[in-house]
Amino acid sequence: MQTFDLAAEGLRKLNETLHAQAGSTNQTLWEVVNPRGSHAIAVGLDAPIEVTVKGSTGYYCAGMNKQATVHVQGSAGPGVAENMMSGTVVVEGDASQYAGATGRGGTLIIKGNASSRCGISMKGIDIIVHGNIGHMSAFMAQSGNLVVCGDAGEALGDSLYEARLFVRGSVKSLGADCIEKEMRPEHLTLLAELLERGGCDARPEEFKRYGSARQLYTFKPDNAY
Amino acid sequence: MKDDTRHAPRTTPIQSATFSQSINAEIRRAAATGIYDIRGGGAKRKLPHFDDLLFLGASISRYPLEGYRERCDTSVTLGTRFAKNPIQLDIPITIAGMSFGALSGPAKEALGRGATLAGTSTTTGDGGMTPEERGHSKRLVYQYLPSRYGMNPDDLRRADAIEIVVGQGAKPGGGGMLLGQKISDRVAEMRNLPKGIDQRSACRHPDWTGPDDLEIKILELREITGWRVPIYIKVGGARPYFDTTLAVKAGADVVVLDGMQGGTAATQDVFIEHVGQPILACIREAVRALQDLGMHREVQLVVSGGIRTGADVAKCMALGADAVAIGTAALIALGDNDPKWEAEYQKLGTTAGAYDDWQEGRDPAGITTQDPELMARFDPVEGGRRLNNYLKVMTLEAQTIARACGKSHLHNLEPEDLCALTMEAAAMAKIPLAGTDWYPGKPGSGY
Repeated sequence: MQTFDLAAEGLRKLNETLHAQAGSTNQTLWEVVNPRGSHAIAVGLDAPIEVTVKGSTGYYCAGMNKQATVHVQGSAGPGVAENMMSGTVVVEGDASQYAGATGRGGTLIIKGNASSRCGISMKGIDIIVHGNIGHMSAFMAQSGNLVVCGDAGEALGDSLYEARLFVRGSVKSLGADCIEKEMRPEHLTLLAELLERGGCDARPEEFKRYGSARQLYTFKPDNAY
Repeated sequence: MKDDTRHAPRTTPIQSATFSQSINAEIRRAAATGIYDIRGGGAKRKLPHFDDLLFLGASISRYPLEGYRERCDTSVTLGTRFAKNPIQLDIPITIAGMSFGALSGPAKEALGRGATLAGTSTTTGDGGMTPEERGHSKRLVYQYLPSRYGMNPDDLRRADAIEIVVGQGAKPGGGGMLLGQKISDRVAEMRNLPKGIDQRSACRHPDWTGPDDLEIKILELREITGWRVPIYIKVGGARPYFDTTLAVKAGADVVVLDGMQGGTAATQDVFIEHVGQPILACIREAVRALQDLGMHREVQLVVSGGIRTGADVAKCMALGADAVAIGTAALIALGDNDPKWEAEYQKLGTTAGAYDDWQEGRDPAGITTQDPELMARFDPVEGGRRLNNYLKVMTLEAQTIARACGKSHLHNLEPEDLCALTMEAAAMAKIPLAGTDWYPGKPGSGY
């Protein structure tokens, strides 16, 4: 285990050090202490390493992650795991707005609540939230899966494309072109796998599925409002 | 009572200036379809522009340089504020961002070939980085757009600069729409969307909401790319003083300012023609913002929107810009709207020079299309050669003017080298009206 004191050595040195870990590195375990809410911690990683951040982070923690597993032992600021390509990011606490925004792959697990715009414009990422999510989540979400074990705020899935949304609790309101859809066996199977991956204590049968009505897929004047 | 009306002279029919033929045609089109016109091509109405400015060549009070013999430098370095590797360009004319999707792969290749031959940079667009473009562009600026279509950290690290697009001159505040007919398998795959559906580009970034957020977003991009490459911020020409100020505050290495003449692949005609300001009105305000911050020439200013000639380039330099970007002009140089395709333009209900339905994907020149048959008409090697020629001509023209003003570098041109032909241009460019030492708004002028 390598320990990096962010307060002593600084952000540039941290990211430089993590970027230098080639795919074949034997230094696979990293611990970051004293994060103190810093922004851009462990961004742009591209190696199968495991990074544990001992505390809460600011904006864009683990942004654009590839391959790495980043564990935040605290809460995460806005834009955690934004545009993630692959790998896993786990947030023990809550996540602020735009969690997993535009993510293309990998898994983001939030054990607390997520704020507004969770999964906004997601493009293939799987996001699993143990708690609740805020308003305008999955806005313009293109693909991937968003699992919410708690409740969802207003305008869920507004202008949704092909992403699948699974919510166990209540949904305050659905956004434009987002509808409840039938939970077929293949969705139950998929959801079971996602819940297991996310370490969630919930059964797939307790969830409802939401998706696109595909009425906005071709621009028509009637769709303007 | 005798009826003399049969013998009264007839008056000449007069077209209404308010209800012009083109306005009437649009009213009829709207009445027939129930939808506004969507098109590309940028603003077409006559706007105050660089043609309304003139250079004051040297006589006695200024000392000219000899054309063709005395050196007039054209090089420019962009991104000197924070980046380890600023972009070095041989000429201050760059290729503006245009998306793969809007343009064909071969067209992107041709832009890369031509720009590289001329010693300048190209820019990706909404849709990601293509191998054609990276492969043929020695210096490539990677646009980071609200849609994040095709956004990939590997491409980010492959880029020579990153341009965060906040606004576009043709549609400040507006998002985009790539219509389904241009969504081929390849375009769909790059954008993570189903084939054949209309693809919207968001009008705002998904994961930041203001200049303070943007500052942190820039930090993230710099950390990911090791602080190597310059970060540009592109804004539409709407509130140039404040947008430039905030871009600098957020940490921009370069501000890109796009006026309303800027082209776009597809948006509402009403938006193109009625939102934003002409680039002529924006440059001095952006420069004033940089000067107020003590950042003029420290943060470089690239301007775009209807740049056509070397005279336009020289005028931008004189007004305080460090470089210009061309989009529509580059497409025309490649061969778009060429009269040789007139018969086919006629079949599309238009004429060469006026074709602007680039969003429909039926471009006879094979440039703004994804149709394999049409694309095959376009030769990227020849297109690159033509673009290089055009860039060289613009540069020679700008140098000729600069030498006549006694300047050994294009950047030495200054507002004092210009006069304005119209009150409007004088006011917008803050340049004296020809024959006077006065412009509207000048302190002490009484206006």
